[in-house]
Amino acid sequence: MIAGFSTTSGRFDWTGFIFAILLAIVIAVPLLVVFTWAFTEVWRYPSVIPQKFGLRFWDQTLSRADVWEALSISLRLSATVTFLSALICLPAAYAFARMKFPGRDLFFLSFLASHAFPKFGLLVAIASIFLQLNLIATFWGVVLIQLVGTLMLMIWIPVAAFQAVDRRMEEAARDVGAGPLRVFWSITLPQAFPTIFAAVLLTFVSTFYETEGAWLIGAPQIRTMPVLMINFINNQVVIQYGAVLSVILWVPSFIALMFARRVIGTGAFAKGFGA
Amino acid sequence: MARLTIDNLRKAFAGTVAVDDFSLDVADGELVCLLGPSGSGKSTVLRMIGGFEQPSSGAIRIDGQDVTRLSPERRPTGMVFQSHALWSHMNVFNNIAFGLKLRRLSRAEIRDKVEHALELVGLAGYGTRQTFQLSGGQQQRVALARSLVLEPKILLLDEPFASLDQHLRERLREEVRDIQQRLGITTLFVTHGQDEALAMADRIVVLRNGQCEQADAPDVVYRNPQTQFVAGFIGQMNFISASVEGGRFLHPDFMLPVNVPDGPAVLAVRPEALDLASAQADQGAIVLRSTDFGSHIMVDLQLRDGTRLKAMTAPDQRWQKRASVHLNVGQFALYRDNHLLTIGQPVGGSEQAPEVEPALSV
Ligand SMILES: Nc1ncnc2c1ncn2[C@@H]1O[C@H](COP(=O)(O)OP(=O)(O)OP(=O)(O)O)[C@@H](O)[C@H]1O
Ligand SMILES: [Mg+2]
Repeated sequence: MIAGFSTTSGRFDWTGFIFAILLAIVIAVPLLVVFTWAFTEVWRYPSVIPQKFGLRFWDQTLSRADVWEALSISLRLSATVTFLSALICLPAAYAFARMKFPGRDLFFLSFLASHAFPKFGLLVAIASIFLQLNLIATFWGVVLIQLVGTLMLMIWIPVAAFQAVDRRMEEAARDVGAGPLRVFWSITLPQAFPTIFAAVLLTFVSTFYETEGAWLIGAPQIRTMPVLMINFINNQVVIQYGAVLSVILWVPSFIALMFARRVIGTGAFAKGFGA
Repeated sequence: MARLTIDNLRKAFAGTVAVDDFSLDVADGELVCLLGPSGSGKSTVLRMIGGFEQPSSGAIRIDGQDVTRLSPERRPTGMVFQSHALWSHMNVFNNIAFGLKLRRLSRAEIRDKVEHALELVGLAGYGTRQTFQLSGGQQQRVALARSLVLEPKILLLDEPFASLDQHLRERLREEVRDIQQRLGITTLFVTHGQDEALAMADRIVVLRNGQCEQADAPDVVYRNPQTQFVAGFIGQMNFISASVEGGRFLHPDFMLPVNVPDGPAVLAVRPEALDLASAQADQGAIVLRSTDFGSHIMVDLQLRDGTRLKAMTAPDQRWQKRASVHLNVGQFALYRDNHLLTIGQPVGGSEQAPEVEPALSV
């Protein structure tokens, strides 16, 4: 899409323009509606804009202890899961990408297999195991279930990233005197970094928004933000509560995206997904 | 600075033998070119010396010390890769400084050395550039500086100029040769280009199927190729197949007295060793084409048995298309089963080119 704008040489790029408009409608309009609802006190049909704006529902939402509790749990969960996922998956990804060992392909497939079956069935199966292990409704129980969900992303993308690192670069580093560990730290990791960073970011965000596992294993003690939001929507017909929570939920995404832009720049970010 | 000894090196990959019983002795400060067709094992030899490939058998010694089992970071070798392999997440300065930092030099020392190395390759002031802001030739030079700054005992260059255009290649070739001479680094240089080898090398090693065909000074390799393969690989060469009977090389178009046992043989003559003389129609070879190169004229000929030849003549000699000519063979070599039988001037040849009698039978 970005290329669509920059490659125009004088002539207007209609394809790119239409594409951008469509994207804007699909993405921006719902966001705008939700955003508007969050700051609305009265909005009755058939008015196009709300009758009364205000922060009343923000006050009400933010004064609730369970919202803050949920936010804290969500952040801690996402951070823990992302950290553990990186700790497990990055070395594994490096091994898959660079080393030859018996059963390598089978092992690789098993990492991906968790996503090959209907997810909810798998979750229920895991839940019954967790019940016996007394992990239901505990922080670490939710961490475990969400961890399983992140494995594929955190393996698949970094494997591709490590494989894309030029072997000659690593050899050249060995040649000037770097040992294997130093080569990994100074050459391989920085080379693969933009892509791996994208994977970490995606993992964090997707964990933050994950609901199925969190609800099935965590309820009722461990309530994450999305789970709380579902409760709000189910129990009360006041749209504003949901809208305010949605806007709050966007915050990590926005922070993550800003951070991503600063750290890696759009070019490298795209490269992480493309090549 | 260092002497490199390679003994009976062999490398077998699954299925193929890449290097087979390769031995070489490189003297201190010598520049040796490895030359050979694609897949002949040049890179594999170099990579084994650099430590990136483990030999199946054989030994590599540097100054008498056996380094065969040492990992690359422990060897006093510096390699410049064909793809230059610069680290794209570092700028030029850091690319060159990386090895120095590993050696725990002081900042000031590192800066001095890097600047000196950049100067050496003609890139002073380029330190803060990112690698993608350099042209292909500049990238190659940074790669060279990265190796040179560590003052390796042995410099290994694997087709460092392969991706560059002819002009730049010639210039960099001169530069490398210059630096190599000034610093006196023992150097192994892999190349596809025979003119590169002829221009740079103290010695040329011709590889074929992982084996050494000949290792000699460029002029020796050019003038006295020890195998038919080398004769054909370096420079332009005409090959004429026929048989030797009773001390004479018998070809339908001419004969040559030679002093070798009877049997099939291949005569090898360089274009510049072929002299042409007018012949009556229907005799000798036929001129197919002549191309004027300014300094000389290249004449394409066809013998009556279909063999194509090239002859280099003085620019004042003009040969008409389809003209008939006699061949006067000067310096020649005779091979049988790829091995040299004899080399030299036709018997009795002295000042003037010997007359070659037309064959009796057609
Ligand atoms: N890692 C490898 N695994 C299997 N075979 C290999 C490997 N590396 C090289 N070979 C084989 O070894 C032989 C020699 O390869 P090498 O790269 O040394 O050739 P080369 O002379 O450098 O050729 P070029 O001029 O094309 O670079 C080739 O037949 C090649 O297919
Ligand atoms: Mg090669």
